[in-house]
Amino acid sequence: MDETYDAIVLGTGLKECIISGLLSVDGLKVLHIDRNNYYGGASASLNLNQLYERFCPGQTPPKSLGPSRDYNVDMVPKFILSGGELVRVLVHTDVVKYLEFKAVDGSFVLNKGRVEKVPATDYEALRSPLMGLFEKRRARSFFIFVQDYDEANPTTHKGYDLRSMPMAALYKEYGLDPMTVDFIGHALALHRDDSYMMEPALPTVLKIKLYHDSLTRFAGVLSPYIYPLYGLGELPQAFARLSAVYGGTYMLSKPDVEVVWEDGKAVGVRSEGETARAKLVVGDPSYFPGKVRKTSSVVRAVCLLSHPIPATNNAASVQIILPQKQVNRKSDVYVFCCSYSHNVAPRYKWIAFVSTTIETSNPEAELASGLALLGQIDEKFTEVVDVLEPLASGSQDRAFISRGYDATSHFETTVEDVLELYTRITGRVLDLSSKDPVRAQAQ
Amino acid sequence: MAEGGPGSIQQAKLVLLGDMGAGKSSLVLRFVKGQFFDYQESTIGAAFLTKTLPEQGIKFEIWDTAGQERYHSLAPMYYRGAAAAVVVYDISNADSFAKAKSWVKELQRQGNPAMIMALAGNKADLTELRAVQADEAKAYAEENGLFFWETSAKTNSNVAEVFTDIAARLPRAAAPAAAPLGGITLTDTVPERAKRSTCC
Repeated sequence: MDETYDAIVLGTGLKECIISGLLSVDGLKVLHIDRNNYYGGASASLNLNQLYERFCPGQTPPKSLGPSRDYNVDMVPKFILSGGELVRVLVHTDVVKYLEFKAVDGSFVLNKGRVEKVPATDYEALRSPLMGLFEKRRARSFFIFVQDYDEANPTTHKGYDLRSMPMAALYKEYGLDPMTVDFIGHALALHRDDSYMMEPALPTVLKIKLYHDSLTRFAGVLSPYIYPLYGLGELPQAFARLSAVYGGTYMLSKPDVEVVWEDGKAVGVRSEGETARAKLVVGDPSYFPGKVRKTSSVVRAVCLLSHPIPATNNAASVQIILPQKQVNRKSDVYVFCCSYSHNVAPRYKWIAFVSTTIETSNPEAELASGLALLGQIDEKFTEVVDVLEPLASGSQDRAFISRGYDATSHFETTVEDVLELYTRITGRVLDLSSKDPVRAQAQ
Repeated sequence: MAEGGPGSIQQAKLVLLGDMGAGKSSLVLRFVKGQFFDYQESTIGAAFLTKTLPEQGIKFEIWDTAGQERYHSLAPMYYRGAAAAVVVYDISNADSFAKAKSWVKELQRQGNPAMIMALAGNKADLTELRAVQADEAKAYAEENGLFFWETSAKTNSNVAEVFTDIAARLPRAAAPAAAPLGGITLTDTVPERAKRSTCC
């Protein structure tokens, strides 16, 4: 370990592994260390024994749950938009060859207490029970505008300047009512709260287009989301392998690893009496006490079920978004479920997750609206996790720290953070277009 | 994954394990590309190769460790879905044989129980430096349900035999690596853009 590297990366969470892979491919000599004896850091997928060790130390899992190794329970459950940035990164780096994906069965939204399929196209809008007849027509016109919108072609702009027009004004142009606006903003554009309404409409329109494009990318799929077989823990492992293939050195099980500081700058790391030096140190917030602050807290419940979530057409994997207004909150509640079909649980077991950003002093109660959708719960594990962010950019102290994982049930914010971190470290914007944007085909 | 109909090619993931310097990459490069270098760099950039054996109807997807075995940091994904494993040691290095045994244990713990395992005593051309007797390795292999070859990537001795032997033993049409139905492949090829008609 007494060596010099270009970069040392601490923690093998998804963000750190993507960075490690990208830097290694760029030709940097990378040392990547984790305090745990497994890959994935905060975004690992745990087997049943590891899950009990974490939530109920000393207890052994009941036999009725099946073999420990059949479980891959995500600690940060999220789905991947098939047309989104993460897929572009996976393809750009060629990491896809280490992974297998399957479509997620369904995307749903809570509306007036009922779970309904999310309509994403003009055609689906016409059939959706979410809206009355006249509202359907208005929504259909709105979807046609969004689907046809092309930044480069002014005739598709219908006279609107989306760079200055607030999103609220665009909704108003189409006369959409608040319920419709609610599912479009939260279940299609995936906003976490309503602050986007007064901001320019363009980013939101592009996000709705992304949802639609993701949905139509593969023939015959019922949601815009994909998910890897064996759980999200496969993603950091795949990027770690990329890094290793390009010369990255991997060390797990270093519980005492700590950053070495000289004159206020990160110059390396120390573990078991040995020191490795580097030009810069990258890592997740847990390796940089005193250099991070809490932005919010997320409460998550992991629930083991023996049935699919009711009212989701027996979906083996599903996302349900509970928009803030539907549950009288400031932030959305997310429900996420997957099962045997993605090799994350034994047959006839489903793993459901309910999460949200904490707003009160009784976080568990904030999950009630989501938990109520699940039917009978066999086992439930709840935890509160602080979302941490770096105090500084790293340009001064050479410590480049990622942000924690937010409550969202998709990866768009995760990838934004990684790409921003990459730019902070290298001064360059990652050129994802050096390979063609992802194209995919169903086998 | 290919369905194992007559004449079709079945894919099989094959992983290599063994001590640093035992010759894992050399064996693969000899088998896949017919190449050998006296001073093979530590694995960089070539940790994923494929080779089709048309006669056996098998396409091997060969995963090299990419150096992650060095500090015992091999990811579980490495073993995941592997149909076969080749555990490599260096016949001139007794320590590498001891390491090979611990990799076999690791495979028995982590790997799929139906995995076909081979033990390869590599660098068999270094007869005057031999530190591991073939009989001893063979007996160990038999006890643990592995089949055994002494190989030399340098002289191209028994290299193809190890892989064809594995291919012959792979169960047909029930490849453990087969994806459940509905698998999706993300590629960078550019088929015609999937587009649903949006106007009516």
